[in-house]
Amino acid sequence: MAKYYQPEIETASREQILQWQNERLVAQVRRVWDNVPYYREKMEEKGVTPADIRGVADLHKLPFLSKDDLRQAYPYGLLGTPLKDCVRIHSTSGTTGKRVVAFYTQHDVDLWEDCCARAIVAAGGTQEDVCQVAYGYGLFTGGSGMHGGSHKVGCLTLPLSSGNTDRQLQFMVDLGSTILCCTPSYAAYLGESIHEQGLRDQIKLKAGIFGAEAWSESMRREIEHSLGIKAYDIYGLTETSGPGVAYECEAQTGMHINEDHFIAEIIDPNTGEVLPEGSKGELVFTAITKEAFPLLRYRTRDICVLTREPCPCGRTHVKMSKPMGRSDDMLIVKGVNVFPSQIEAVLLDQGYPANYQIIVDRVNHSDTLEVMVEMTPETFSDSLGKITEMEKNLVSSLKAMLGIYAKVRLVAPQSIARSEGKAVRIIDKRKI
Amino acid sequence: MNIHQISVFLENRTGQLAEITGILAENHIDLRAISIAETADYGIVRMIVDNTDAATAILLNAGYILSTTWVQVIAVPNEPGGLASVLKALAENSIAIEYMYSLFTHGDHKAYMVFRVSEEDKFVSLMASLGVAVIPAGELGIR
Repeated sequence: MAKYYQPEIETASREQILQWQNERLVAQVRRVWDNVPYYREKMEEKGVTPADIRGVADLHKLPFLSKDDLRQAYPYGLLGTPLKDCVRIHSTSGTTGKRVVAFYTQHDVDLWEDCCARAIVAAGGTQEDVCQVAYGYGLFTGGSGMHGGSHKVGCLTLPLSSGNTDRQLQFMVDLGSTILCCTPSYAAYLGESIHEQGLRDQIKLKAGIFGAEAWSESMRREIEHSLGIKAYDIYGLTETSGPGVAYECEAQTGMHINEDHFIAEIIDPNTGEVLPEGSKGELVFTAITKEAFPLLRYRTRDICVLTREPCPCGRTHVKMSKPMGRSDDMLIVKGVNVFPSQIEAVLLDQGYPANYQIIVDRVNHSDTLEVMVEMTPETFSDSLGKITEMEKNLVSSLKAMLGIYAKVRLVAPQSIARSEGKAVRIIDKRKI
Repeated sequence: MNIHQISVFLENRTGQLAEITGILAENHIDLRAISIAETADYGIVRMIVDNTDAATAILLNAGYILSTTWVQVIAVPNEPGGLASVLKALAENSIAIEYMYSLFTHGDHKAYMVFRVSEEDKFVSLMASLGVAVIPAGELGIR
């Protein structure tokens, strides 16, 4: 069984990796300068030209890109290639209706799928395996990315997409799936369903690759126990391609970042200053091989720690810890990015006051989202039918904006907790 | 002969009704009728009180969300079929009932019912033709 998908890359010496990064960064900065006026202007504002960037050591001189930049440049402002060379998009929901759309050339798709293939092989995948992809297919990157990676490894790929648990279990049993790719909460749910239906003896799963939402070590142990597998974490974001930016190996002590494609930095989220290795801070990625959407110094807002300590698996690429939090107010609910400002926009649009509270919880391994809205004289009516109708409209508008179901709870005025006069917007009860 | 009803938004939690009726009691407001429409999370408590303006001011001041609505109060015979005959006539005349509930009475031979209906004028003339009394506010001691 091959231990690596691209051994010469995954176990390259640190010197080799740095050399790739230096060469590719210099070329990428030049390409962006020539092709992306939006970023060129940012560089000019900072007084930086491509000549100033001679290698990774000069990376800190470059300006950051944020999600706000992506919104401002929407949809084509950050394209690094002519649109005719692009073959695909993926997208995440954005605040106030504006989405983040990422573009891919065929070459980008190829490299992305390589990254996903590395993750599958690191989880023990070979062409003998049956890989069940239960991430959503479509605009979300999870399904397509793992699907492509599974092809590259040569697994028999079951493109089931998310949901429809009975069908998932039927394929899992009938076709003998050995690798499962989905969100950790869905994996936990499948585990429970398998037990309820008494299918434990009929499944052949050996590994799972779970990402797109936060999960703890205890949740890992629970999933590993209930499915009888080894569970691997995977990390990525649409802006940088999708899953496979970083992935876990058998050591399960952090995720190797594919450093031949991405340069990772940890910064102080307040000052933007680069922090020394081992510091906890905000993760910043520079994509050095991407053509269509070549983001330089993109602020992920994920807080984590990087370590270059040698890994027993033999891979030499830097490892990132599980994200420990966010440096903005974004919530990840059921694998979907949710910003309070999106919810606020819907409330205002429907004539509610911006007086709300978002309660996130995890019930039976599945995230729940509840929006508490204070009743007002304007929205109140003597008719229960009218109130429930309003409530229904609000639920469907939230669903349209967020892409996931949020329960709406109408509450009495002044009942939402305020601290120092300022309402507490988010209560995250999840114990992750 | 409309009568003012106060509708208040309440969360569906233990103690909410005790609290609101407590506030009215402290202020010597007398309840003439009360009814509740609820969902799992919240409800509307509808009340007829002896002094609508005072009760409204007190409840608004206490931070409640409320609205006032005109309703009709009628006196139906307090005997088997007394209400049924009225409801049958409403149905035959296509008058929709949004909601209805009963009013506290004081021992005469009539049952007082509160109605919120689709067509008030039609309702009032129908009651007249049925010989069912529509009760004015003053008769119930309501200001």
